[in-house]
Amino acid sequence: MNAADHRRGLERVSRRLLLRQTLSLGALSLLTGCNLEDDDAVDRVLWAMSRWNDRVQAALFSRARMAPTYSEADITDPFPFNAYYPPEQIRHVDGNAWRLEVFGLVRERRAWTLAELAALPQASQITRHICIEGWSAIGKWGGVPFRDFLARIGADTSARYVAFRCADDYRSSIDMATALHKQTLLALTFRDAPLPAAYGYPVKLRVPTKLGFKNPKHIVAVEVTNVYPGGFWEDYGYNWFSGS
Amino acid sequence: MQHPLAVRITHWINAVAMTVMIASGWRIYNASPLFDFVFPAWLTLGNWLGGALAWHFAAMWLLAANFVVYCAYGWASGHIRRRLLPVQPREIWHDAALALRFRLPHDGTQYNAVQRLLYVLVGCGIGLAILSGLAIWKPVQLYPLSFVFGGYELARRVHFLAMAVIVGFIVLHLALVAIVPRTLRPMITGRTI
Repeated sequence: MNAADHRRGLERVSRRLLLRQTLSLGALSLLTGCNLEDDDAVDRVLWAMSRWNDRVQAALFSRARMAPTYSEADITDPFPFNAYYPPEQIRHVDGNAWRLEVFGLVRERRAWTLAELAALPQASQITRHICIEGWSAIGKWGGVPFRDFLARIGADTSARYVAFRCADDYRSSIDMATALHKQTLLALTFRDAPLPAAYGYPVKLRVPTKLGFKNPKHIVAVEVTNVYPGGFWEDYGYNWFSGS
Repeated sequence: MQHPLAVRITHWINAVAMTVMIASGWRIYNASPLFDFVFPAWLTLGNWLGGALAWHFAAMWLLAANFVVYCAYGWASGHIRRRLLPVQPREIWHDAALALRFRLPHDGTQYNAVQRLLYVLVGCGIGLAILSGLAIWKPVQLYPLSFVFGGYELARRVHFLAMAVIVGFIVLHLALVAIVPRTLRPMITGRTI
């Protein structure tokens, strides 16, 4: 077993422990006198149900169904900041040194500069960002339609997943059908100005058909793959598909 | 009163599923409260947002499937029509006045008007919770449904309201079972009281 496998194994164990603590306390409050063995079974059932819900949502997803769009007047101001860290830890990425790496099942594995992305045909949208916590906010994002980008890098669009790695060590991944949705953007701007650091400078993924945590910020690498990539929150137990 | 087997089974499945949905739902609410309060953590299920959502999105299938089975049975067998209808304002007024003076007889052969009203109301509450829940789960893919509820944000409030109706019912329902405990056994054994 090499070092990477070891690390992955350890991550899996700590993840399981966290979820187990989580669910066992919940189950205890529900079923008085239940023991810890039952919680393992409960835990497994909940994970299995989450995978079932992934399949249901993939079946419900339609590439023709557009997220509702709004007018400039509807934009939420100020737009909320949210991340797995507090605002003091927002990463300030140097746009000149920044590169977008492309890996996996693609024809052209090369790094992109910000200027190259800005030179591609752009689109913009005013859509509702829905957070898994329940709140929502309307924002305006502009950038490269992600399906155009996938076409340019010669991505194998029959692959199952597109995974993202970020400068703030965040990770996430989406299904190919959503990656090819017309409204999925590699966003470079917010309200017609370069993305502020808080919203993911220099590039974030804007997916109006998924919950907010599936919209990674400060993206540094895109990978097209058939191996389930998971993600930061997904590995703790947030539902992977999390479609809207 | 004799409760048919289908009613007893769906009643208890509903009791379990609803407990999970409410307790996990309160935890989800606490992640981003709509109003100026949160639910006490010890009353909630899941321990954190991800755990609560996992419970909520698992138990929702049980709740909805059980509700569909109950409605299909209740309609096809005539149970709902015979036992729960009609719901008439004058009768309700009359029976409610008696109930508040503790003079409403539980004659054990049929539901009084207040009971009928409450059972119909909680049935509507569960239906509303399921529909508004679908609207906030899938505001894009089920856009027409979300539109009917006035969009995502309003649907969230409707979902909360449906929960409040159901919890209000449960409080009253449990209080009445505590006052008239002999009504409990028929819901388990199906035997007449």
